[in-house]
Amino acid sequence: MAVPRPRARRVRWWKSKPFDVAQFTLLTGLVVWLTWRGAAGMEYRWQWHRLPQYFYEIIDGELLWGPLVYGLMVTIEIAAWGMVLALIIGLITAILRLSDSFAGRIVSTVYLEIIRNTPLLVQVSIFYFVLQPILGINNPIWTGILCLAFFEGTFASEIMRAGINSVPRGQWEAGSTIGLSRTKTYIYIILPQAIPLMLPPLTGIMVNLIKHSAILSFIAVFELTTEARNLIGDTFMSFEVWFVVGPMYLILTISLSTLVGWMERRVRARQ
Amino acid sequence: MTDSETMIVMSGVNKWYDDFHVLKDINLSVRQGERVVVCGPSGSGKSTLIRCINRLEEHQAGSITFKGIELDEDTKNIAEIRTEIGMVFQQFNLFPHLSVLDNCTLGPIKVRNASRADAEALAMEYLERVQIPDQADKYPSQLSGGQQQRAAIARSLCMKPEVMLFDEPTSSLDPEMIKEVLDVMVDLAESGMTMICVTHEMGFARTVADTMIFMDEGRIVEEGPPEGFFNAPKSERTKLFLSQILSH
Repeated sequence: MAVPRPRARRVRWWKSKPFDVAQFTLLTGLVVWLTWRGAAGMEYRWQWHRLPQYFYEIIDGELLWGPLVYGLMVTIEIAAWGMVLALIIGLITAILRLSDSFAGRIVSTVYLEIIRNTPLLVQVSIFYFVLQPILGINNPIWTGILCLAFFEGTFASEIMRAGINSVPRGQWEAGSTIGLSRTKTYIYIILPQAIPLMLPPLTGIMVNLIKHSAILSFIAVFELTTEARNLIGDTFMSFEVWFVVGPMYLILTISLSTLVGWMERRVRARQ
Repeated sequence: MTDSETMIVMSGVNKWYDDFHVLKDINLSVRQGERVVVCGPSGSGKSTLIRCINRLEEHQAGSITFKGIELDEDTKNIAEIRTEIGMVFQQFNLFPHLSVLDNCTLGPIKVRNASRADAEALAMEYLERVQIPDQADKYPSQLSGGQQQRAAIARSLCMKPEVMLFDEPTSSLDPEMIKEVLDVMVDLAESGMTMICVTHEMGFARTVADTMIFMDEGRIVEEGPPEGFFNAPKSERTKLFLSQILSH
């Protein structure tokens, strides 16, 4: 005779779903109310209706993008190029650190220590005021991308080094015994196994690039934060603009993490 | 090509891991077509010995030559020499991200510049020889231990090596899978392949070995044909070892 499955224990009311929802609603309501009260206390004039025109305008039936959309595009552009360069810099640094070459290890270690132990704002300043004129870069956006790439490249290299090191030594040996050179072993054996392991932490870098690109407003790169600051300078709608720009960053970063999570599951499923 | 052509010569080989003297004055010569079985207690340096032959480990004194080419830090084309020395590991070391077929074709395609069609035909030939042609499209993790090890043997054979090194090929297998791997190795031995096997499978050793080697504490303690080795070992240490592993 089958033993009846024991009935699930009754959920206490303070652990029930409706209570969770109530709790969340109450908390959110409290934060909104406090903000509203604070704004009212300083007699802030809300002008939400003026905001949409800074996203887009339709003039004579023609769609024109506003500064906030342009800013967002520039932010995405910076993050995308920054990611490409950070991955290249990171991979080169990681391979140099793992190599037998003394010079390679020294160069990569010096680079890592300098970038890691100085403030990002100082690095941006050095890139903008010193390296930009020296290298003859005529667009500050590229100075910014380069600077962020070198900054995030340090984290990328650590992630890649850990990923490469986590591939068992036997894989190197098996590669050697069928006559693969070190480079070919990297390309065909080590990296294909290491990259799926690197993907989740590397998303963190892309997210960081999006967030840190805001610092480039300091060197007059017209990304989202700069556009927001200029907008506030023109309209004095600081509450509305920051309340919109914050979530714009959030949407960008969270959708990115979700996308990579999905990619990662697909790679795992294939193996 | 005479049968007695010398392929591998180790003379006065010494190796240390820091202060640990792992190989002591190793002298060994292996002819073409010779089947050598190396046994001994764990930590006696057997694995290190065969790993020195394809320079996965570097020796610090003495000399090792493969077909007359000295293996040392000045050796050019070490990768090329390694293609002629197949190796099978205790842990298989198959490439987990590649199918069994791709495991076998990677070397021929990327090292020997074979065409994919040729490489696949060759791989299928060897997979048939180790009796797992129907597993070709699977990934290593989908195979049993015995099948994985046979795939690893096929991968090595695809490089058409002149000598095969086996480093405890059955030690990490379930008992019922040991035989299928040994059968493949016996078949290989009968085809005339030069083999150096580190193994505790004494039945296999009796069947195929031309030369038995017993190692202890980094030295070759006893060396000779299997009849004498098993029936009348000269050294007390060998006797003790054999009595322990053959008593069950």
